[in-house]
Amino acid sequence: MKITVDEVKCCGAGQCVLIAPEVFDQRDEDGIVILLDAAPAAEQHAAVREAASVCPAAAIHLGEEA
Amino acid sequence: MTTSPETAPAPAGIPDLPDPRSARCPFDPSPQMRGLAAFGPVFRVRNWDGKTPWVVTSHAEQKALLSDNRLSVDFAAPGFPSPIARHGGGEGESEVHGEAAQDGDNHGVTDLSFVGMDDPEHARLRRMVSGVFTIKRVEAMRPAVQELVDGFIDRLLDGPKPVDLVQAFSLPIPSLVISELLGVPYGDHEFFQINSKTLVSLTATPAERHSAHTALVDYLDQLVGERLGNPGEDVLSRLAAQVRAGELTRREVAVMGVLLLLGGHETTANMITLGILLLLQHPRQAARVRDAEDPEVVVGAVEELLRFLTIAHLGRRRTALEDIEIAGQTIRKGEGVIMLGELANRDPSVFPDPDRLDITRDARQHQAFGAGTHHCIGQPLARMELQVIYPALLRRIPTLRLATELDQVPFKFDAVIYGAHELHVTW
Ligand code: HEM
Ligand code: SF4
Repeated sequence: MKITVDEVKCCGAGQCVLIAPEVFDQRDEDGIVILLDAAPAAEQHAAVREAASVCPAAAIHLGEEA
Repeated sequence: MTTSPETAPAPAGIPDLPDPRSARCPFDPSPQMRGLAAFGPVFRVRNWDGKTPWVVTSHAEQKALLSDNRLSVDFAAPGFPSPIARHGGGEGESEVHGEAAQDGDNHGVTDLSFVGMDDPEHARLRRMVSGVFTIKRVEAMRPAVQELVDGFIDRLLDGPKPVDLVQAFSLPIPSLVISELLGVPYGDHEFFQINSKTLVSLTATPAERHSAHTALVDYLDQLVGERLGNPGEDVLSRLAAQVRAGELTRREVAVMGVLLLLGGHETTANMITLGILLLLQHPRQAARVRDAEDPEVVVGAVEELLRFLTIAHLGRRRTALEDIEIAGQTIRKGEGVIMLGELANRDPSVFPDPDRLDITRDARQHQAFGAGTHHCIGQPLARMELQVIYPALLRRIPTLRLATELDQVPFKFDAVIYGAHELHVTW
């Protein structure tokens, strides 16, 4: 799994941080997403998929293999 | 409801907006719009002002459009489908005069800060303040909110009953929270609550709306002035620092302050009132919220209540900047588009059996806070407040019940934000 995030689209909702805190964080100054781990371990994949589908800005993109 | 005299009858086949919820099903979207949604995700409606914008009903199309920069939120655009109808007391067109007459279609208000702007201007302003609402900062506020809520429940229990939950509980709590966060003295709450009420009313005249907004902006401007010389820890001080740094003008901060103050209390207050009312109608689900040991049960219940009620009803309203194809239908440049979130949130392809309130379902895909570019900036705060409030009230007052019949509850059929004017409860 290869994750990319679109900082321009991200509206700082933090839903990804709630669902997959090991993979996503938020910048302190404006709440925009920080990708902590672009290629997380398999046990994170389900949470990452959930975060991508719940993200209200559709700012999280998943590619299978880089 | 009266139709304004200047609008001709709708052509056959084109339904009218606004199209209120049915008093018989006060928790459900307008039955007519629901019925039409079954025929397709995009159709034309006739707005109260005679324009014929498009309504989009499906969850997927709404979510995509709300992130699409070919749609503009600029309410002064000629095709913009304004939600603010001009009726009440036979005034109408003749009331539009002076400054208010030049305000495009938003009837009396020229500047709503970033909620009325497109990117990149929108993003520039929004990101000056979005850092206040990160998950971590909002979590840090939870204990203080819990304490505040407990204090209000103590006073409910000590006070007379029945009591109007709106005035004694739902309105003051979010109002206090946002005032404190911004740095607006809560002592002035009557002033800002009366003026915000005018701004979200669908029946206020343009002149009334204009003077309410001006009064609020002047008030915030004075507070910003104080923070410029004497900063504290609050959001206005944070923004005043940007004024000193030359990043924002004092007026930009005052107008943004009004937006946050407004956005922060009417919405959450109505969600508290209607959420409690809906739980009282569903006692077994209320008991689950009350007895939950796992906080996730409450988190899930809040999402389902947000979905089911969708209090920011009447649609996210936009104008097409280019021709756009939606579900096989071409929306022409300049035409209005209305995304009805209350229908996205009852889309059966996303929420099976959507008209059933089920606090155990996964409702997180709901669009009660909008989606995309203008997705509610205050949602982590609103969610946290609701997660504290519902279980606290149900636990401390387990015999809480309506003091009237449901059909006597005065629902806000006439407001941009749905809710109830009063809710008399006892125990
Ligand atoms: C349950 C409570 C709430 C609901 C249902 C709600 C709903 C919404 C919705 C639907 C939007 C999208 C508007 C659009 O797309 O045109 C929005 C935007 C907004 N909300 Fe909320 N809101 C709530 C609480 C709050 C709170 C607590 C605050 C302030 C602290 C707030 C401040 C805002 C602001 C400033 C925007 C504009 C965002 C932008 O344009 O980028 N809201 N809200
Ligand atoms: S959920 Fe989406 S919008 Fe929200 S912070 Fe994460 S990436 Fe950004």
